[in-house]
Amino acid sequence: MSDTASPKRPRRWMLYAPLGIAAAAGVGFYAMLQGLQDGSYDPRGVPSALLGRPAPDFSLPPLEGFDLPTLTAADLRGPLPGPVLVNFWASWCAPCIIEHPQLMRLAREGVAVYGINYKDRVAEAGAFLRRHGNPYSRLGRDEPGRTAIDWGVYGVPETYLLDRQGMIRWRWAGPITTDTLENELRPLLRRFA
Amino acid sequence: MIGELGHFALALGCILALAQSVLPLVGAHRADARLMALAAPLAVAQLIAIAAAFAALLWAFAVNDTTVSNVVLNSHSAKPLLYKFSGAWGNHEGSMVLWVLTLALCGGAVAAFGRDLPSALQARVLGVLGLIAAGFLGFIIFTSNPFERVWPPPMDGQGLNPLLQDLGLALHPPMLYLGYVGYAVTFAFAVAALLEGRVDAAWGRWVRPWSLAAWSFLTLGIALGSWWAYYELGWGGYWFWDPVENASLLPWLIGAALLHCAIVVEKRESLKIWTVLLAILAFAMSLLGTFLVRSGVLNSVHAFANDPARGVFILGLLMAYVAGALALFAWRAPRLGGTGIFAPISREGALVLNNLLLCSITAVVLVGTLWPMFADILFGAKISVGAPFFNAATAPLAIPLVAAMAVGPLLAWKRADLAGALQRLWWVGLLAVAAAFLTLLIAGYHVWPALGFAAAAWLIAGAAADILDRIAAFRRPSQAWNRARGLPRAAWGGAIAHAGTGVMFAGLAGMGLATDALVELKPGQSTRLAGYEWRLESIRDVQGPNWTSRRATITVLADGQVVTVLTPEKRFFPVARMHTTEAAIHTNTLRDLYAVLGDERDGGGVVRLHHNPLAPWIWFGAGIMALGGGLSLSDRRIRVSAPSRKAAPAPA
Amino acid sequence: MTRWIFFCLLLALPAWGAVGDPNERLADPAKEALAREIGRELRCLVCQNQSIEDSDAQLARDLRRLVRERVAAGEDSSAVIRFVHERYGDFVLLRPPVTAATMLLWATPFLALGGGIAVILLRRRRAVAEAAALSPEEARRLAELDRGTA
Repeated sequence: MSDTASPKRPRRWMLYAPLGIAAAAGVGFYAMLQGLQDGSYDPRGVPSALLGRPAPDFSLPPLEGFDLPTLTAADLRGPLPGPVLVNFWASWCAPCIIEHPQLMRLAREGVAVYGINYKDRVAEAGAFLRRHGNPYSRLGRDEPGRTAIDWGVYGVPETYLLDRQGMIRWRWAGPITTDTLENELRPLLRRFA
Repeated sequence: MIGELGHFALALGCILALAQSVLPLVGAHRADARLMALAAPLAVAQLIAIAAAFAALLWAFAVNDTTVSNVVLNSHSAKPLLYKFSGAWGNHEGSMVLWVLTLALCGGAVAAFGRDLPSALQARVLGVLGLIAAGFLGFIIFTSNPFERVWPPPMDGQGLNPLLQDLGLALHPPMLYLGYVGYAVTFAFAVAALLEGRVDAAWGRWVRPWSLAAWSFLTLGIALGSWWAYYELGWGGYWFWDPVENASLLPWLIGAALLHCAIVVEKRESLKIWTVLLAILAFAMSLLGTFLVRSGVLNSVHAFANDPARGVFILGLLMAYVAGALALFAWRAPRLGGTGIFAPISREGALVLNNLLLCSITAVVLVGTLWPMFADILFGAKISVGAPFFNAATAPLAIPLVAAMAVGPLLAWKRADLAGALQRLWWVGLLAVAAAFLTLLIAGYHVWPALGFAAAAWLIAGAAADILDRIAAFRRPSQAWNRARGLPRAAWGGAIAHAGTGVMFAGLAGMGLATDALVELKPGQSTRLAGYEWRLESIRDVQGPNWTSRRATITVLADGQVVTVLTPEKRFFPVARMHTTEAAIHTNTLRDLYAVLGDERDGGGVVRLHHNPLAPWIWFGAGIMALGGGLSLSDRRIRVSAPSRKAAPAPA
Repeated sequence: MTRWIFFCLLLALPAWGAVGDPNERLADPAKEALAREIGRELRCLVCQNQSIEDSDAQLARDLRRLVRERVAAGEDSSAVIRFVHERYGDFVLLRPPVTAATMLLWATPFLALGGGIAVILLRRRRAVAEAAALSPEEARRLAELDRGTA
């Protein structure tokens, strides 16, 4: 650091250290930028802490005035007849409208789509399903949002895929677009069928 | 038309910058005086071109020219003129133009005031500055054209984010850029020194004012940003250790190390290699901040729109300048061997300790800021690094730094008497201990505030002790006044900046004792907090130029006497369809009373009330630090430029 | 990327703005202080780089309430933090846990300080003993520098 030893030349390797560190950082940044473009690096996308684990314990009331069985943890314990989607949604959530047709399509194809209605009013949730159609074969109501926290939900919409053993295999934060459905979800549904 | 002229001016500036980089560098290499003499006029010409481009951009915003896409995205006709102007640099493209304008201004200053520099050194410095300018102008022209047209033009713009329509934030970027770009000049001096293979006292004397100016502006810029967060975000917080905040702190920390060891180069011709490295790193940190904010690799509330293509371009520039300079450093630094020998206990030794600690803190902040990204890319781990980490990891390094700050200035050059210096500080130490005990006695068991007040007393009294010692106030009191007047301004500046740090610590410690209340009040009801009675009078509608608002009126009383009337607001900006909270703050410089309006229900409203002891001292302290830097800068020794004794104005 | 634009625009907007709910605070000042201390360790996941104590996003509110319920029930801070950590993973912790992936991060202060000291010692091994006090020549030069006549 200090150049006191006048007869002695500074150690050369020390002088190269800053360059080495800068170069390594540069390579790292370049990898990040490449990852940003091909989607492998996403500074905001965080995987669920529940992957590879069974659904947490919960039991929810049904949506009143809507003739659907409610959803509890017991319904998600394996062995299950097939993979199950658990979708957190709310009537006040605009992206939920965007993803709704995809959920309807999956339900028509016979995929088990279960719903958890998040922080919503009964009347508005019912109206939403009457207007846009109901993809859910089971529906629980999480008015306080506590079950959502047990699942590690950030916000709605958010969707989880459980395999036949009842293990959580996939989590999607944000709306399921047609693109997500075809490129992400369908291969997984086939794999866990 | 004006827009096309602005675009043309940018392209012209880019060509001039290229000429400014190539011709003088070649000239300096071949010792061709004619080529070297081109540096200064080219730098001035480049400045004129870029000033014209910036004026064109301001014009487009001022007249709300909706054929310019940048105006459409960031402005609106119903906006006060000041924020139309600040909207010009409140976005990626415009802020880049401001960045290169600041760089051109610095180049112009080196050209105008650097006539006393050895001509080869001036040519090389301007050449390197031209190289930097050419790169960033290329970046603007190829990826971020601020004059991009839209057709057909929309009826009006989409407005500027209301959070950014604020005086503090209008001034924040220019201050920061003056700081960042000031380090471009010290970087250019470092590269020029490596090319020449020579660092001497004259070089140190030129680098010091630039590093002082850059550091002072950066101090002000960071303080403005922090002040803005304090009054605008409405949570009473002033520093969040956000990656973008950290990105501005990094060059500040390195810059603080640099301006201290430039003193050693100037006075003792020692630590030369290290100083050159710091000058390179300070600019590297500035560029790193630019890259992080603009490339999209960060996960931050402050970041500009993400564009990986821009990111690759900036990364290319970053690597070209930084890796290029560091490679040059590794190759040429051995020629810069120093001459001054010093003992571990000496002023030089204290400055080495200062550098060691400042650089360690920099390393912690740097790694803490980047680690979430690198942990992701290396291990696929998603982690957060936030305030608890930074506080825990920097405090143990900051404590010895503060301890040394008061002692260092009392040590003699080359070999010093530590015991003697400590003896002269006995009353300062006593004050610090007393401050800590008094805090514990009055406020109860609060360790960090007690330590903060001790640090404040230690630094402020330590700075006083330094001055008293220099003017020999105790030994020869009769001559003290004359000596005080004869003391170089750099000595005053240093002491004042250190005292400013102490003032800031007092503010931080005071904020550690802040209290708040969250209550629902109906008009006429009141609550008590920190010995004050806070009474909600009413909540009403108010109409502003481009917003509507709900405004609460809160009367604050102490012992039945009205202290102040606070009017916190919730504003709604129809163009951006966005709400902001306007905190109401009353300060008497010793404490802030701070009120925020929340949800309204049944005629009443939720209010959050804060009592923030000494809060303004955080920013006063920063202001005093910058003032100290400015005072040092105006020192006669610096104004009288180094090798010759011809008078020349300050180079900043 | 687009899904995140949606996500940010539509879900995470109210990060600033509101001030909190008086009912969420604990009456006992000691417990409220503990709850705040815990809250400052937890990241508000939707608003990026703020703790749940510094944000009014819906999720931050819910987590604040959850932390206070558990504190009121007598849990200590490590139990509450473990509860949230199990659900949201390492990302929720503003003080990253020491794991293989964060070893270098936590070692930084020691590496920087140790490395710096090592460099200083390596460079200084000689020549220390020779450093005497300033020679008259050096003292004169310093005085001239201070007067600005050098």
